[in-house]
Amino acid sequence: MDYIFLQHYWWFLISLLGALLVFLLFVQGANSLLFTLTHDESSRTLLINSTGRKWEFTFTTLVTFGGAFFASFPLFYSTSFGGAYWLWMIILFTFVLQAVSYEFQSKLGNFLGKKTYQVFIVINGMISPFLLGCAVATFFNGSAFFVDKSNIGNDIMPIISGWANNWHGIDALFNPWNVVLGLAVLFLSRGLGSLYLINNINNDKLELACRKQIKKDAVAFLIFFLAFIAKIFLASGFAVNPYSGEIYMEPYKYIQNIIDMPLLSLIFIVGVLAVLYGIFRGAFVKSAKDGIWFSGIGTVLTVLALLVSVGFNNTSYYPSSIDIQSSLTLANSCSSEFTLRTMFYVSLFIPVVLIYIFFAWRAMDRKQISSKELDEEEHTY
Amino acid sequence: MIETIEASLIDWSRAQFAMTAMYHWLFVPLTLGLAMVIGIMESLYVYTGKEFWKTTVKFWMKLFGINFAIGVATGLILEFEFGTNWSNYSWFVGDIFGAPLAIEGIFAFFMEATFIAIMFFGWNKVSKRWHLASTWLTGFGATFSAWWILVANAWMQYPVGMKFNPETVRNEMDSFLEVALSPVAVTKFMHTVLSSWIVGALFVVGISCWYLLKKRNVDFAKASIRVAAIFGLVASLITAVSGDSSGVQIAKSQPMKLAAAEGLYEGGTGVPFTIVGDLKVPKVLSFLATHDFNGYVPGINNILRGDYTTPKGEKALSAKEKIEKGKIAIAALDTFRIANKAGDKAVAEKYEKVLENNVKYFGYGFIKNEADLVPPIDIVFWSFRVMVYLGAYFILFFIVVLWYLYKDTFTKRKWLQIIGLWSIPLGYIASQAGWVVAEVGRQPWAIQDLLPVGASVSRLQTSSVQITFYIFLIIFAILLIAEIGILVKAIKKGPEH
Repeated sequence: MDYIFLQHYWWFLISLLGALLVFLLFVQGANSLLFTLTHDESSRTLLINSTGRKWEFTFTTLVTFGGAFFASFPLFYSTSFGGAYWLWMIILFTFVLQAVSYEFQSKLGNFLGKKTYQVFIVINGMISPFLLGCAVATFFNGSAFFVDKSNIGNDIMPIISGWANNWHGIDALFNPWNVVLGLAVLFLSRGLGSLYLINNINNDKLELACRKQIKKDAVAFLIFFLAFIAKIFLASGFAVNPYSGEIYMEPYKYIQNIIDMPLLSLIFIVGVLAVLYGIFRGAFVKSAKDGIWFSGIGTVLTVLALLVSVGFNNTSYYPSSIDIQSSLTLANSCSSEFTLRTMFYVSLFIPVVLIYIFFAWRAMDRKQISSKELDEEEHTY
Repeated sequence: MIETIEASLIDWSRAQFAMTAMYHWLFVPLTLGLAMVIGIMESLYVYTGKEFWKTTVKFWMKLFGINFAIGVATGLILEFEFGTNWSNYSWFVGDIFGAPLAIEGIFAFFMEATFIAIMFFGWNKVSKRWHLASTWLTGFGATFSAWWILVANAWMQYPVGMKFNPETVRNEMDSFLEVALSPVAVTKFMHTVLSSWIVGALFVVGISCWYLLKKRNVDFAKASIRVAAIFGLVASLITAVSGDSSGVQIAKSQPMKLAAAEGLYEGGTGVPFTIVGDLKVPKVLSFLATHDFNGYVPGINNILRGDYTTPKGEKALSAKEKIEKGKIAIAALDTFRIANKAGDKAVAEKYEKVLENNVKYFGYGFIKNEADLVPPIDIVFWSFRVMVYLGAYFILFFIVVLWYLYKDTFTKRKWLQIIGLWSIPLGYIASQAGWVVAEVGRQPWAIQDLLPVGASVSRLQTSSVQITFYIFLIIFAILLIAEIGILVKAIKKGPEH
């Protein structure tokens, strides 16, 4: 288990966390449809209570994604969060609003009124998948930052990284290809959201509305997703020389990565097919409630393959568009061997976490949620 | 033009971190404290089988949920703020500091998130014991998360288990156990978590007193007070003991913080503790700092002049000498990197040695004036007193409450119920004051002696940080108003609904 292995191991875990996060954005996707799918207050309550029992996982995964990135690739944490300040801040603001909205929206004395909190939930549902998608796209398209670690040896200006413009992350939206992936993730999350609701809620009208909605979101998702994939497969990518650490542009780098790592291409293809199959079942198979499982697992596999491919095979995963040698690679941005090794041992306990989450979910989701249940239950949103 | 860091950027970054952290800390202590009270009550329910306890648990759980939501919301930003606003810090020590944050996320937060769902929605879905286990695991998850974030904080106050690596230009961990089980972390955990239990206990006692004052839900209120007061007294006593250990540790590792907390300019042996103004108790500060009434405590000027001997028996360095050594370290790092790049091994090795000999004072190299090494004294002085006096008051309060409960005349003691109600905010004030002592008292350091706040910030425009500061201020203020509104309504409705 050498240093190189540990770097890749940790990039794999970060990719997995990122992939799980995109899957768990089904909460946001369903929430973005709060006023679209529902026809009255009782169905809105159903929807909110349904995603309300899962939102903490999305939220916690986001937090853990931040913490794990910090521990394993601190230079990314430092450069991206400190540089693309506004992009991340806006994402965080919407999550802050969402986190209280569930608990507060239906309570007496909530100051802003029910509708406002529901709007907060929708805002988070629309904006966060979109912006997270844009942020991930910069892994392929680059961002305007520079890093010079030597600055710490300068007692007047010791800050090692900076952003080259005053937009601080908003500039990600100026690149249409970032927007394209942002939209793809948004529509994917909406599709997953509908599939989740079909599975989780026992309400015919809502189910019908979900099946209709999936078709629209699926078409939009496919257009944007395929466009983005075509673009990155045709584009040059940021490659790194593993011996000198020098970064250079290599034509067709990303498609080359997929070819060089056949297992990854298999995961990618299986993932995409599973997403499509799940959507198909949700949209066209009347009684099928299992679409979320196919599309959900498919999403995890697809995103995992994409994120792994942008870090493995001597690729720069967070390239700089203004100073190519500032680009972040696994080797130049990771924690020390000691820390990665220690955290490797810590990470071996992750399956324990997954096992209790599995049992807890199974206990809670044995029965579909219905209005009848909500009437009987004392604690509802 | 030489680029410099604007002083206003540093101040606004500090203000934002302070504000978001203090807001977050309005909700965390209650979560930690109430989780335990709820756990105890639900255990009583499962043990006795009485429905009365179930109703009681459910009521406190409802308040717990309202508070928990806003705690989670305000906590999110803190996880990312090290990166967004303290990016240089994040690189310089991320190799050590990131690990506890990641562990907190992977283990503690998921534990909380998983079991809180069962705790709230699982009453009719899982067995009694399953549910009880979930309630305890939610509280345990919260406490576990406190452990890791306090490990991270303790490390900033007392950096251990690492070595500076000039090639990567950062500190790197070389002992996980030293970081994770640092004595400062242990004390900090005991002091912070146990004092949070006091906040929870005061909350339960105070709200219950309100019911007694209104002459409603008397049995519920009395039972709640009994559980919370016993719990509160135990927590207050342990908090006092851990506070005492904390004082001795600070005297050793952060003497400036201790001197500031006393406003002590010229130190000596047998130093008195100032109660207020000129009212002093002889020799008590010496005792608090060294557990010896005649122990030596350096004052602010002694520390700046370096005219005393440290507890380790070494002659203290003056601020000037430390700054010089810091500058030597920084310059040596620069030379090392240039030589290393040019492949000049001999020079690189030489300066690596120079760096190694001075790296202990690395952060001092960024300090411009000696005066910057002194934290704001008034704030630290008064916060320290508020914390200590309230801590003593809480012990007394819980004893009195328990005394009247024992005599079974508590319901008649209206004055005590009024005091109980108004003691709720005091718990929060004491808890916040404690953090002010810990954090303001260590200024200018982000990491003690290694990196001052000025060299830790992100390179942003001041205006960006100002805007986010106000956005947070407004959002959090609105949410706080909403939270209090909801809590008040729920309390007025009472446990029977």
